[in-house]
Amino acid sequence: MFNSAKNTAVQPDSGVARCSGSRRTPCTVSTPALRAPGSRTAQAGFVLLPNLTVGRALVYAALLLMAIYYLLPLYVMLTTSFKSLDDIRAGNMLSLPQAWQGGAWVKAWAGACTGVECNGMQGFFWNSIKMTLPAVAISTILGAVNGYVVSMWRFRGSDALFTMLLVGCFIPFQVVLLPMAQVLGMLGIANTTAGLVLVHVVYGTAFTTLFFRNFYITVPDELVKAARIDGAGFWTIFLRILLPISGPIFVVCIIWQFTQIWNDFLFGVVFASGEAQPITVALNNLVNTSTGVKEYNVDMAAAIIAALPTLFVYMVAGRYFVRGLTAGAVKG
Amino acid sequence: MAALSINNVYKTYANGTDVLKGIDIAIEDGQFLILVGPSGCGKSTLLNMIAGLDDISSGDIDIGGKRVNDLSPKDRDIAMVFQSYALYPSMTVRQNISFGLEIRKVAQAEIDATVNRVAEMLQITHLLDRKPGQMSGGQRQRVAMGRALARNPSIFLFDEPLSNLDAKLRVEMRTEIKLMHQRLKSTIVYVTHDQIEAMTLGDKIAVMKDGIVQQFGSPQDIYDNPANLFVASFIGSPSMNFIPATVIQTGSDIGVKICDDNGCVVLPLPHDKTKLAQFVGQEVIFGIRPEQITDARTAHREGLPVMSCHIDVIEPTGPDTLVFVSLNNTKVCCRTHPTEAKRPGQSMELVFDVSKAVLFDPKTEARIV
Repeated sequence: MFNSAKNTAVQPDSGVARCSGSRRTPCTVSTPALRAPGSRTAQAGFVLLPNLTVGRALVYAALLLMAIYYLLPLYVMLTTSFKSLDDIRAGNMLSLPQAWQGGAWVKAWAGACTGVECNGMQGFFWNSIKMTLPAVAISTILGAVNGYVVSMWRFRGSDALFTMLLVGCFIPFQVVLLPMAQVLGMLGIANTTAGLVLVHVVYGTAFTTLFFRNFYITVPDELVKAARIDGAGFWTIFLRILLPISGPIFVVCIIWQFTQIWNDFLFGVVFASGEAQPITVALNNLVNTSTGVKEYNVDMAAAIIAALPTLFVYMVAGRYFVRGLTAGAVKG
Repeated sequence: MAALSINNVYKTYANGTDVLKGIDIAIEDGQFLILVGPSGCGKSTLLNMIAGLDDISSGDIDIGGKRVNDLSPKDRDIAMVFQSYALYPSMTVRQNISFGLEIRKVAQAEIDATVNRVAEMLQITHLLDRKPGQMSGGQRQRVAMGRALARNPSIFLFDEPLSNLDAKLRVEMRTEIKLMHQRLKSTIVYVTHDQIEAMTLGDKIAVMKDGIVQQFGSPQDIYDNPANLFVASFIGSPSMNFIPATVIQTGSDIGVKICDDNGCVVLPLPHDKTKLAQFVGQEVIFGIRPEQITDARTAHREGLPVMSCHIDVIEPTGPDTLVFVSLNNTKVCCRTHPTEAKRPGQSMELVFDVSKAVLFDPKTEARIV
């Protein structure tokens, strides 16, 4: 007991010490630092909420409520996907499956009908991958170069160009549908994955440019000046000086673009049909194709399959997301 | 190494404002030029124009006798040290120093030799594999200088390189820069807003204000013979005293009338009589530096005018005690020996060394005598 109390008093320093080192790494203060020194009960793990006051209890209650509110749909989806149809009909929506069955998942992946075809989600899943990966990569790279130019190389009309790009962020999807369809037709890539990639690149570049511009604007001009005096040209400065410090903003950009493009429905349903459809459109078709009984377990499994890649991206890169979003706020 | 000449250079922004209005400066090969002035005076803009980072609106800049107006920064054979050091954050110290050489396609063996030589000279060999984020301000400052030195350019440009350092380190680095200049005999253009840096480092100082060079000369010349009220007030710490006074003729002597609570005296001026005679009866600004008003022991010269003054405040600085008195209703700072200074409220005999005093026109603020 004595030892643990001593630890609490010492802890604040060790928490702060983590701020040193790389300047871009935000400070992580360990939770003991936030606790009052000497509150012995705080150290014993099994005593919950030692400093429980009415205010704090309300905060925790609100947080708990929010967590349940957001997690409940996922819980229902997961449990339902593992139930049999009889189980679904018989039981309560919140109850656990009587027997865990993976059949719905197999059917959703390989056998469910999406319109006339009955090959499940698999083909459309790969469609989405084939659409999302190039679209994310191209729009992110374009955004990085654009952001670099707009923030570091002032030329006549650069402000006007940036303003126009900004306006691009506010154009609603619906407005570009018809002109985009015409352009795709003229280019001969209507109803193809390549066409969808183009649409998403065009639409996404405004956002990615904004991200990178706001990041590079926090990088001191003197860095570019020094490199110019050292003899570096446009691309050398970008590739050797700015790109190596752009990690956080790349993560933000990739998560944002991946989520946007993967989850997009409107462009997918308008500009791709049949074989080239992305998974979001296929999911819609699967759920709306009714031949006899409504298979909620298959619908749920298909919906989770459609959401898995974005979940995966968040889990892998999520902790860099907040870090990157706030990177511009504090001068590095 | 090369000489630098700046001829009638203007900088005009797109909205029509002139930032620099006809700058003329020339220094010889190996000289240390200081551009000094308050913020917004155009000194950094001028430095950027020498570097080629800003366009020249009109006029010429020559480096080593060659007009460089249309050359890009990399072709001007210059190196620059920035206020924020501008070290490449993702590169180690070694890579930072060798970057410019690599781009110029210097052979690897030569790069290695240069990096080692520069690192030894600046005593940063043990830091070569660190990144900028892992170093202190002083260490980064050294690396920034190393990066410039490695290139061995014809002109070094320094943009307020010491202003991000703490006071003690600043004095140390100042001496090192001076030492480096003495050893390498390099041509240096150095921008600062700190008049002490200007005085201690420069062979030549250009004092700038509002896009105009107010005075260009050696540090001592600028200190002793300021061209106008601004230069006189900007250079020197504590600043020169400016006392409004009337020029009066008594017999063959011409002097300025100085009063305090105890009464008035006329301080006869030893300057050129024909010049002084024009201003008899007129109001002028009498400029005299703090060390020129002192106690009898420090003055150790006979025949200087003495005045008994009422002391308002004293500020001991250690080697000197600054005594503040009120003359012609103006606060005046006098530098006295600590043991000679009296207490506030008492009166003290002050000796005026008027030989270096200057007179300014109160309207135009130009130097008149």
